[in-house]
Amino acid sequence: MATVSTPAGIDLTEDIVGRGARESARLTRKWFSQLTEAARHGHKAAYVFVMGNMNEVLRCFDMPIVFPEITALQTAVRGTSEEYLRESEDYGYSPDICGYLKADIAMQLRGGEHPMGLIPKAGLVVTTNACNTYFKWAEIWERLQGAPIVTVDVPNARAAGCESQPGNLDFKYEHAYVVAQVKELIAACERVTGRKFDIDRFRQNLAWANEMSHYWKKLLLLNARKPAVFSALTDGLAYLGMANCYRATEEGAKYFKELYEEMEYRSNHGIGAFTRKDGKDVPLEQRFRLGFIGVPCYPIFRGFNEFFSDWGGIFVSSSYLKFASGGTALGFEFDLADPIESFAEGTLLTVRATQTGILFDIPDIESPESIFKLDGIVYHGVKSCRTASAGLADRRFHLAENGGLPTLLLESDIVDPRAVSKAQMKNRADAFFEGLIARQQRASAR
Amino acid sequence: MTAIPFTSWQGKSLNEIFALCRELQEDPTYPTVKAWRAAGGKVLGHFQVYFPEEIAYACGMLPVRIRGGQADGVEASQHFGSYLCSILKTSLDLALCKHIELDLFVTHPICDGARNLAGIWGRNFPYKSQVLHLPQNPNSAGTVSFLRAEYRRLAGDIEAAGGRPLTDEALKRSLALYNRSRTLMRELYRIRRDEPWKLAADESLALVGMAGFLPREEFNRLLEAVLPMIAGRPAREQDKMRVVFEGGFCELPPFDLLQAVSRSCFVVDDDVYIGLRWLTEDVDIEGDPLANLAAAYIEKSSYSPVQHDNDKPREKMLLKRLRAARGEAVILAAAKMCEPGLDEQVAYSKELDREGVPYFVSEFEENQTTFDDISIQMETFLENVMFN
Repeated sequence: MATVSTPAGIDLTEDIVGRGARESARLTRKWFSQLTEAARHGHKAAYVFVMGNMNEVLRCFDMPIVFPEITALQTAVRGTSEEYLRESEDYGYSPDICGYLKADIAMQLRGGEHPMGLIPKAGLVVTTNACNTYFKWAEIWERLQGAPIVTVDVPNARAAGCESQPGNLDFKYEHAYVVAQVKELIAACERVTGRKFDIDRFRQNLAWANEMSHYWKKLLLLNARKPAVFSALTDGLAYLGMANCYRATEEGAKYFKELYEEMEYRSNHGIGAFTRKDGKDVPLEQRFRLGFIGVPCYPIFRGFNEFFSDWGGIFVSSSYLKFASGGTALGFEFDLADPIESFAEGTLLTVRATQTGILFDIPDIESPESIFKLDGIVYHGVKSCRTASAGLADRRFHLAENGGLPTLLLESDIVDPRAVSKAQMKNRADAFFEGLIARQQRASAR
Repeated sequence: MTAIPFTSWQGKSLNEIFALCRELQEDPTYPTVKAWRAAGGKVLGHFQVYFPEEIAYACGMLPVRIRGGQADGVEASQHFGSYLCSILKTSLDLALCKHIELDLFVTHPICDGARNLAGIWGRNFPYKSQVLHLPQNPNSAGTVSFLRAEYRRLAGDIEAAGGRPLTDEALKRSLALYNRSRTLMRELYRIRRDEPWKLAADESLALVGMAGFLPREEFNRLLEAVLPMIAGRPAREQDKMRVVFEGGFCELPPFDLLQAVSRSCFVVDDDVYIGLRWLTEDVDIEGDPLANLAAAYIEKSSYSPVQHDNDKPREKMLLKRLRAARGEAVILAAAKMCEPGLDEQVAYSKELDREGVPYFVSEFEENQTTFDDISIQMETFLENVMFN
């Protein structure tokens, strides 16, 4: 139960405030303990990636699901990633490749051990083209564990503003390609588990996914109001974990429904986002509303946010929440009457949308008409993810050229503390805020 | 097509032709492409590795391989962050400097850097920049029909960029021309395998690379003339180790690097410009030519670290290449910051360890200028192999 002060100074001890944070902590512990149990009992898991994770299908077969990106990021958050990375580099991997992959390979070489427990061995590997490292990673598991790979290749937008739409000719052939692959995935699951595909169970999974997606989308939009009710860079990542791990489950649907209720309540009562100070939740100052484009800096997770929150900056929107939840935040609704065709269509539209935001633009944040009413944008590129980082400097360059919002470009890593230069980043963040303050002063002087 | 004959090689000795070809490839201003445009021709630039040039050719456009080059990178520096390979930066740099001007740019989802190029290019140039979605699931029953449709979509964009409408007849003529080209390049590599003393790796690069920007009929004429000259070269067989070079599939190893390597061993096969040699057999001309071209990409093709294919485990494919070339050792190279190449080095090295094949791991950059270290390292490696 949270005891907090609202901006109006009213003590508020409602059960509802802080419920989402408590519940996500509980579900996270449950998630990892289930995986540890599965590993101890020798159960084989489906290994998947966050973008295009196919949970709706996989959950029909009761395989434990492992998200190696999530276990890899835990090593960074818990300060142990460097030892995993070095182990993988000793095995042969270059310092210049994705750190997530290397952290995971070290885990595999340790028999699945990670800071939150154990991960089971792979019985099936599902990969998509949302990131090219996914393919390499999947192939490594195949080599190490002999697990078969199923690929779901989702055609992305070919150019900015050029996306096929349901009903047109291009969409038809793209959709047919994804339908064929979804059917092949189902067949592979049947082979690996020896179980028949249950279409009614699939429908139920889609229904839960629909509910989660509905509330996840609405939740992100709540931050268009003032005050913002969550930090997209800190709180948002807990929600993101739920969106991935509990996708297509009853618990996931319930979590997002209740989270939205909490946040709507807070929004209606002017209770903005909190930060943790001296063991207490205190309201986060919201002097500057910021957008975040890129990937978090997990090795200094809280510290990175403090570069901004210390100046009264709050991240009200983040591209990461959209693409790293595999498009679930779009609010796409599967048609339960035509589940496989509709699932393929949803996969095409949502996985593609994650890539459009990464590769071309994300108008929610970068457009001058953004509903989030931003004061600035922070681009954060990382060594470990060229997909989400290679285009950031150019995007920032053109935004600045076209007289857009103030921007800051930082570079570090998502998992490798050796690529994180705290002092240098803080120095640049300070200069960014000095610019924002000067801009505010000029505006108020007019 | 608007033919601008490239004839300056005619009447020259073999060594002079190699030098001329190298000079043209190292010239960042693409003089032959400029001449093509000056004569009213349209140019389609496509980023490494594979592109179905036959389609562009059939529509009357000159397909030009965008593969980086000699550039200081100043213009591109504010458009890229750190941790990226050189070829991405120099490719954009050459375009921003107007050394290469295009009517259409095409990249592919081959790696995480390259997939970003459509967005980057699109923000910086007025012409259309797009991704050709070469399927990353060659193992699905739906792949060939998807790729055929994707090629048809691409043809529409080529037509919109000023190309002629694509017809079956024109595409069949194009396939025949490129089939001839494939035959010639296979012969070039046969010489590398069977009589490696007649053609060094850097000389081979000088010839094959011309296919990246010359009109293909001119390239064919060049090879048709040069292959007999190579066959008749009075070079003496030498007792050198036979080595396969792996890692040049996208960013190109510098000529001088290959020259340095070739001094101490015979490079009997490589994956340099593998995109130009991706289709390993002729494409069927009868029937639906677009479907044939799509099927060939999946079914009659080579391998590289930028294509995922469950049926082509790359470490096994490397062994196949090594054995077909009767190679004794492998140079496992990778361009600096090239994730696909660096990832693959581990799979390759573990497989070669299992098979007891000696290998040498190295990194390079297209614009590196010193090769003393690699020469010494190579010699040491080869001595170790010979005396162990």
